[in-house]
Amino acid sequence: MEKKMKVQMEGTLESQSLARAVAGAYAAEMDPTVDELTEIKTAVSEAVSNVALHAYPGDLTGDMILEFMMPAPDTILIRVTDRGVGIEDIAKAMEPMYTTDTGENCSGMGFTVMESFMDRIRVDSRPGEGTTVTMIKRLDTYCGF
Amino acid sequence: MEIIYEIAGNTLTARLFGEMDHYTAGKVREDIDSTMKQYETINLVFDFSRVTFMDSSGIGVVLGRYKILQPSGGKVLIAGCSQKIYSILNMAGVFFLIPCTQTREEAIRLLQEQEAEKWKRK
Repeated sequence: MEKKMKVQMEGTLESQSLARAVAGAYAAEMDPTVDELTEIKTAVSEAVSNVALHAYPGDLTGDMILEFMMPAPDTILIRVTDRGVGIEDIAKAMEPMYTTDTGENCSGMGFTVMESFMDRIRVDSRPGEGTTVTMIKRLDTYCGF
Repeated sequence: MEIIYEIAGNTLTARLFGEMDHYTAGKVREDIDSTMKQYETINLVFDFSRVTFMDSSGIGVVLGRYKILQPSGGKVLIAGCSQKIYSILNMAGVFFLIPCTQTREEAIRLLQEQEAEKWKRK
């Protein structure tokens, strides 16, 4: 069994702390270290801010779906899907310090943080259709129970 | 997120408590900016020792205040980063611009020393 879990919530900044708590609760099943737990929560937090700020900019609103699974007993996979505006140039969006935001709201470090705290990250997006971010992390300390 | 302020001379210390994400960061920014304006302080010390969670929104909060204070010669310091907070801020190169100390007392002492240096040179 992969212990799949699927959660749908509003793609707003207000959902951020709830999304983190949900991710933390799921990851806790795998007995992670405090560090690993923080890394997972941070990566989810970044993904959710991206949805709230970039997938649904301005007055545009919509939902996001958070999927969690364990492809292996020591591996967590998290997928965040939105039906927002999508990303024109994914490679550009993933560059450190690159942001479309002109104010100081965004630092352009979201994907960079996700990449460094998770083992693998994949972004699928189509302009006008939405974006899916898939993140995988292997927990080093898993001892198998 | 809660903030407790301490003022020593022309330095404002903001002790942050709780979780900082993009949702709370907006309020933190506004709150700190209005407090700096109200008390007309020149330097700012962020005390992150009681911050239980921070994502990349912290980068904008720190660098944004740096941008505001730098033209008038004001300094920004960071105190009490956990390892995770340090690594996030470090990814954006924050520590090339902003010094980091263990405690807020150390940060204030560092500022006072720099101030004294300046007077000596004059």
